[in-house]
Amino acid sequence: MTSTSIESVLDALCPMHLVVSATGHITHAGPTAQKLCAHTDLRTMRFLEVFNVKRPRAVTQFADLASSQDLKLHLELRRPPRTSLKGIIVPMLDSHDAQDGASIINLSFGISIIDGVRDYSLTNADFAATDLAIEMLYLVEAKTAAMEASRRLNIRLQGAKIAAEEQAFTDTLTGLKNRRALDTVLKRLLDSSSFFAVMQIDLDYFKAVNDTLGHAAGDHVLQTVARIMVEETRGNDIVARVGGDEFTIVLPDVRCDDVLRLVAHRIIDRLKAPIPFQGEDCRVSASIGTVWMQSGNAPSLEELLSDADLALYASKHAGRARQTLYSPELRSVANSISPPQGRTRGTR
Amino acid sequence: MLCRGKTGGETAMHGLVNRSIQRFVSDTYGTAQWHTVTRLAGLDFTEFEAMLEYQQTHTPALLDAIATTLNRSRASVMEDIGTYLVTHPDFEAVRRLLRFGGVDFVDFLHSLDDMRDRARLAVPELGLPALELHAHPDQTYSLQCYSDIKGYGHVMMGVMRVMADDYGALALFDHTGQHNGAEVVSITLVAVDFAEGRSFELGRVTG
Repeated sequence: MTSTSIESVLDALCPMHLVVSATGHITHAGPTAQKLCAHTDLRTMRFLEVFNVKRPRAVTQFADLASSQDLKLHLELRRPPRTSLKGIIVPMLDSHDAQDGASIINLSFGISIIDGVRDYSLTNADFAATDLAIEMLYLVEAKTAAMEASRRLNIRLQGAKIAAEEQAFTDTLTGLKNRRALDTVLKRLLDSSSFFAVMQIDLDYFKAVNDTLGHAAGDHVLQTVARIMVEETRGNDIVARVGGDEFTIVLPDVRCDDVLRLVAHRIIDRLKAPIPFQGEDCRVSASIGTVWMQSGNAPSLEELLSDADLALYASKHAGRARQTLYSPELRSVANSISPPQGRTRGTR
Repeated sequence: MLCRGKTGGETAMHGLVNRSIQRFVSDTYGTAQWHTVTRLAGLDFTEFEAMLEYQQTHTPALLDAIATTLNRSRASVMEDIGTYLVTHPDFEAVRRLLRFGGVDFVDFLHSLDDMRDRARLAVPELGLPALELHAHPDQTYSLQCYSDIKGYGHVMMGVMRVMADDYGALALFDHTGQHNGAEVVSITLVAVDFAEGRSFELGRVTG
């Protein structure tokens, strides 16, 4: 085999190869390798003038490379865009002409294939048919397109989830109604000017449970409390969680306030019992402020809730774990002590 | 409203297919026509998601509904879908991915054998039909399409017509019907270098 035919074989099998003499001069460059240096014929250059050898380290002359036990090279083009290249160097064995001691260095873009193809305007013809470079480029584009489609789906699903949550009437932690559901129910009851009652319930000492035993314990307490409230109310009563540890119960068709005392008493009584969680006892209690609406007096929703807050405040002030029924006198008493802080109504 | 995904159990069709059909109808004939099509196909939703799966039965129902709505043959509708997929700017990715298959049109034709596997690399659940190219004397070829969806050969005909233009080749295509469980499209290559063709750079920045 003449050296010309060796080179043409190499050009076809590995178009990104170089043949470098023992003195470090490039004597042949494969067609794709030559494209790395568009303006200069590589055959007029020394290997180390064109490439900076990153690995093996501390290579100062080509003989170091040629004699290295490490066949793998990490290279960088000295000229911009300083493309990173992988290489493999093997001694050229069958060289019976003036190429004694020559080496073949085959190059590859490795992971910088995308930049390489763009920077040097390479085409399918620049890669051997067995080279996976084209498949790699195909995959990158195909996966990018697929990821983009998935990303858009995720954005739409996220939007739908938020919209669904905004329309939801359920508190996800406890399964109780939420504030939106409560407002809807209360507006309807106020419009129908019927007999009904509203209980504002705050858990006492809940923050301490959360702080000392953690949020998991807090969540467990809220779920237990919710279950108790549902158990201790009638089927058509509405139990809502309207804030962190704030609940509201709406009781339609209340004809006498004995019902209110009874329900409140049962809830307060049951919540006094410690709630076990992972070997610890969580202790809370319930303070309740109740407004009993009788047909005829029709305040606004805000006034109604403000009255209930005032009654709740009175319960807290009187030592917690009790219920206070709202009466107009409460307002003057409260004003004389300190202004009641209505519960913050979230805007969410 | 978001689409209904597949409920599981039955054979699935990837949303990319139905979404492409949806885009074809809405882009070409308008959203109102698409809504007519979905009603006629018995769907209770109008939006397909590209990256979800749907029951297989939706796809033939949609294709029939389109043919009825437009008062055209299903074959010609399916060929138009093939054309749409490789010409519409929003589907530029499809044309580019097909161009990766070969350096010239003949190379491209041979790459159709691998299309199913290539697509699976990108989207494992896509499940494109198997294609087999057979070369015959005098620059003629036949493409066998093994699809569960009747008329897929026409889609491929639309795709190949555009790709021939893309490569600057001149070729004739003919759907020769069903043979041994495959739809067969015969291809006669008149000239490989008939025109300039569209440019294709491997290293385009994707975005």
